Amino acid sequence: MTLKQPVLDTSPKVSDEIRKTTCYMCACRCGINVHMKDGKVAYIEGNRDHPVNKGVLCAKGSAGIMQVNAPSRLKNPMKRVGPRGSGEFEDITWEEALTIATDWIKPLRETAPEKLAFFTGRDQSQSFTGMWAQAYGTPNYAAHGGFCSVNMAAGGIYTMGGAFWEFGQPDWDRAKLMMIFGVAEDHDSNPIKMGLGRMKANGGKIYGVNPIRSGYNAIADEWVGITPGTDGLFILALSHELLKAGKIDLEYLAQFTNSPVLVNDEKGHDDFGLFLRDKDGKMLVIDRKSGKPAAFDKKGIKPDLSATHTVKGVKYRTSFQLLAEKYLSEEYSPDAVAERCGISAGRIRAIAADIARVAFDEAFELDIEWTDFRGDKHKKMQGRPVTFHSMRGISAHSNGFQTARALHVLQILLGSVEAPGGFRFKPPYPKPVEGHPKPHFGVTPGKPLNGPHLGYPQGPEDLGIKEDGSAVRIDKAFTWENPLSAHGLMHMVISNAHAGDPYKIDTLFMFMANMSWNSSMNTSGVMKMLTDKDEDGEYVIPRIIYSDAYSSEMVAYADLILPDATYLERHDCISALDRPICEADVLADSIRWPVVEPDRDVRGFQSVLIDLAVRLELPGFVNEDGSGTYKDYADYIVNHQRRPGVGPLVGFRGKDGKDVGRGEPNPNQMQAYIDNSGFFETHVPEDAAYFKPWNKAYQEWAVKVGLFDHEQPYLFSVYSEPMRKFQRAAEGIGDIQPPDHLRDQLKRAMDPLPTWYSPNEEAAEDGGEFTVNALTQRPMAMYHSWGTQNAWLRQLHGRNPLYVPTKLWEKHGFEEGDWAKVTSPHGTITVPVALQAALNGNTVWTWNAIGKRKGAWALDEKAPEATKGFLLNHLIHELLPAKDDGMRWNNSDPVTGQAAWFDLKVKIEKVAAPEECTPAFPPIKSPVGKGPKNLTWKVGK
Amino acid sequence: MTQLPTSTDKKLGLVIDLDTCVGCHACVISCKGWNTENYGAPLSDMDAYGENPSGTFLNRVHSFEVQPDNGCAQTIHFPKSCLHCEDAPCVTVCPTGASYKRSEDGIVLVNEDACIGCGLCAWACPYGARELDKAAGVMKKCTLCIDRIYNENLPEVDRIPSCVRTCPAGARHFGDLGDPNSDVSKLVAERGGMDLMPEQGTKPVNKYLPPRPKDTLQDVDADTTTMTPIATEATGFLGWLDKALEKL
Repeated sequence: MTLKQPVLDTSPKVSDEIRKTTCYMCACRCGINVHMKDGKVAYIEGNRDHPVNKGVLCAKGSAGIMQVNAPSRLKNPMKRVGPRGSGEFEDITWEEALTIATDWIKPLRETAPEKLAFFTGRDQSQSFTGMWAQAYGTPNYAAHGGFCSVNMAAGGIYTMGGAFWEFGQPDWDRAKLMMIFGVAEDHDSNPIKMGLGRMKANGGKIYGVNPIRSGYNAIADEWVGITPGTDGLFILALSHELLKAGKIDLEYLAQFTNSPVLVNDEKGHDDFGLFLRDKDGKMLVIDRKSGKPAAFDKKGIKPDLSATHTVKGVKYRTSFQLLAEKYLSEEYSPDAVAERCGISAGRIRAIAADIARVAFDEAFELDIEWTDFRGDKHKKMQGRPVTFHSMRGISAHSNGFQTARALHVLQILLGSVEAPGGFRFKPPYPKPVEGHPKPHFGVTPGKPLNGPHLGYPQGPEDLGIKEDGSAVRIDKAFTWENPLSAHGLMHMVISNAHAGDPYKIDTLFMFMANMSWNSSMNTSGVMKMLTDKDEDGEYVIPRIIYSDAYSSEMVAYADLILPDATYLERHDCISALDRPICEADVLADSIRWPVVEPDRDVRGFQSVLIDLAVRLELPGFVNEDGSGTYKDYADYIVNHQRRPGVGPLVGFRGKDGKDVGRGEPNPNQMQAYIDNSGFFETHVPEDAAYFKPWNKAYQEWAVKVGLFDHEQPYLFSVYSEPMRKFQRAAEGIGDIQPPDHLRDQLKRAMDPLPTWYSPNEEAAEDGGEFTVNALTQRPMAMYHSWGTQNAWLRQLHGRNPLYVPTKLWEKHGFEEGDWAKVTSPHGTITVPVALQAALNGNTVWTWNAIGKRKGAWALDEKAPEATKGFLLNHLIHELLPAKDDGMRWNNSDPVTGQAAWFDLKVKIEKVAAPEECTPAFPPIKSPVGKGPKNLTWKVGK
Repeated sequence: MTQLPTSTDKKLGLVIDLDTCVGCHACVISCKGWNTENYGAPLSDMDAYGENPSGTFLNRVHSFEVQPDNGCAQTIHFPKSCLHCEDAPCVTVCPTGASYKRSEDGIVLVNEDACIGCGLCAWACPYGARELDKAAGVMKKCTLCIDRIYNENLPEVDRIPSCVRTCPAGARHFGDLGDPNSDVSKLVAERGGMDLMPEQGTKPVNKYLPPRPKDTLQDVDADTTTMTPIATEATGFLGWLDKALEKL
């Protein structure tokens, strides 16, 4: 053929209209442009103006079109007609559904509000759902943080008044070295990819600390294939090296941390380990200029890190001396930890030296003047271009809280937190522990709870324990078992409710939480707990209400289904009152709005809660005449005021829509957000951009925009006095005492200085047969997603082999296509295996949440997810293997109650290939039918 | 058989940075979304919710492991789509003229109206970069988003392929590789950009930037002194501290 090019239209019409909203395909909350054709969603791309993603979008985000058309979408309210777990339902009207729910839970409120347990899984509206639960009066409310990453959040809050992800981010443009721990893909998904790309472009160096070399670890310049659960030891060895070489930022430690604060050093004294304070309760330091004690915040002082002091014969030392003594000990030397961590001592030393080189030899200053909280002026901002990030790999171990603290103390020793080039907080953080609410437990039938459910205890007096020693909460959060359980323990709710320990409940009410499948430990056990009946033939957990947009595995286990709308069909707000989308330089929040109307009889869950609240006559939701205060969730978003002038959204407040942060409700606020591409942003002033916890300009700005009501500067806690208060109680001091069987655990776990101890199962299996570490990771295309059934995404990850490292592969004589039996102290699974060389030599792993129950998610029963996909969850119990004491020891971090998913130890054996993975479960009847055979999706003509 | 142009005015193509690609598949799905809705027949998904889902994709990410002689194994994420070769065998093999290379910019396209779905081009392509759409029966391949890059209905900044626009890590670059002064050509020169399988003689326009050297701190002698200690125990440390604080 001779060359004859066809004529092409290279400027076709792209769409009729672009509607800008917020993605919900994971927890990242990027801005999206939804291109509409003929009133339908035609194409989704990232919003270039948006502070989170600046135009880019991940695979999940682009696949949102397959989510809004997914055949697994629930269509209407349903009530169960078959036995629990069968999937047999009858369609009902909303009126009937809401009447049933009201009839179930209204009488409970009048008599025993704790008998309603309300847990909201992947909730992005916790300031709202928490308010609802508080008004109802049950103490039993939390979202899924307890089995997700509470160790990260709490470890950060107790150390530096903020943590990674929603609380802060690396200073991507100025950092020259980044170390990322335990992240294959996790919060903060797109910003991490963007940041790593920018660092690479700037010639920065990336260390990936992870047993598995996938995702970010694949592009890391240095991969540290650490043994799971030993990150804390590695971090403390780095601190050991830095201290030994004097490569620490003494000025920063003296001025901005509690390192110079005087600690009672008189063993046997009742206040041993507590701070010396003045009459006003202010922490005392020794001023190097006068040699005299002074309040930590006095103008002009030079706090002394090496001081000692005596008051009435009682000796005091600085907390920094305690820290130096602890970490300089040989216990934390590279030689002592190398074998356990699986990293050579020489490499640990070289890494520490590299960190020191970048932090101090490549340090720089910014020419920005600033004034600190003492009133002392600084001519420049000292940069420290070393930054860290971490998430699940540290968090999901039973030593994760202390490991998170160890990591933060490492950044603090370097002086890099809130320094240019280091780690930066995002508004509304930083916020000290004392700036957060404490948990509340005051239950009165017919009345609201006496305050917010969740918070940050500062001592034993803040625990939720009844006079008889039993827990106030069904999940036993804020008890001696896990005193700092700031996000609750969603993974213990069903187990405890089934056991009637601490008490029986009546109604379990859940939202977007796949508890009968991948969101539970001990999945088979949970299915049994949900279907078990008592001697009267009634379900042990009598009533279950569930809201979800999709036909997840959990739907079949509920009695009443309240179908939610998809994220493109509803209103939402990503609010600075709970989990905002700010950047370090930007205070931002955003909305979702219905870019398409639902074509089914479904309603946004939060609007349904408002309807229920009116039927229940909950305070805050009804007017004096009994009418509803809010028409729906959108109305709440605009008109609710948490404090006078402060509401869910910071932008476009006041009558004219010009107020920021504080201002009366603006009836046009929602439209203003829609007109502004679905979000609002305002910039942090330049002189307030760094050193925020101590920076007068930031503190004043934060009050002005309503983040808090008065300035609250504070010191970072390298030494945690609240933790010492719990440890002290375990030593027998004080009126509020733990049960004896928990004393040793508390003495060890509540160490006021970051420490490392062997994870639960490691300790239990010492010398036993289960010696191989077993982990999961989320694939990038499905991280934190409610869309793994998505027609496009399931073609990327439709099955999940167990990845086996070369050493174990050869030891067991595996070949391609083989299967293995994997056993833990709790259970056995049989699964396909695959070889991976770039993997810690004693670790196996698989992708999480690919495996599906037959009949769920509108997939064919022969779908590979249901036959070759599997869950590791069957191997993990919510309780630890029995000890001698007959107590229920939960498989959680003893500080926070974080589910210890990654402590898992297994053994593997080669077996003949079965038909499908085991355990296999019978299909559940799909309440929505099956999806279409083939898709040729094109909206436009 | 179909003729190739003797030369093209531009050589538009992609430069893909293998040092930065994290393998997230954002480019794969963004491409799927744009090209399902735009150029030619939609990219279909057969058995979309069934046992053997099999859809048409113009861009896929493959993952490989590399085991160096010394040191630990590495993981490479390798996105692959049509490389818009100068000597494109998929064009010359086409019996109907459906497969062609544009003289103005070098983009290789399939004219779906003329495609008979014979599959010869896919067989001739050494990269496996073409997929026959089972629903439409026509050959699909990367168009370099020809309906975006010149599209006057899009803001200028968005006149780039959807995979480039969406890539979170910034690992994908688009431009004229025929112009030695273009950003992409400079990037290729700077980073030692490579042809994929040059021995095939296809002269691909797309280039790959190789991963930088990794794991240089892998084998450090345990006795190597990397930092000079100021003290070996706590008492000595506090002595140093006191002196160091004096100087502040």
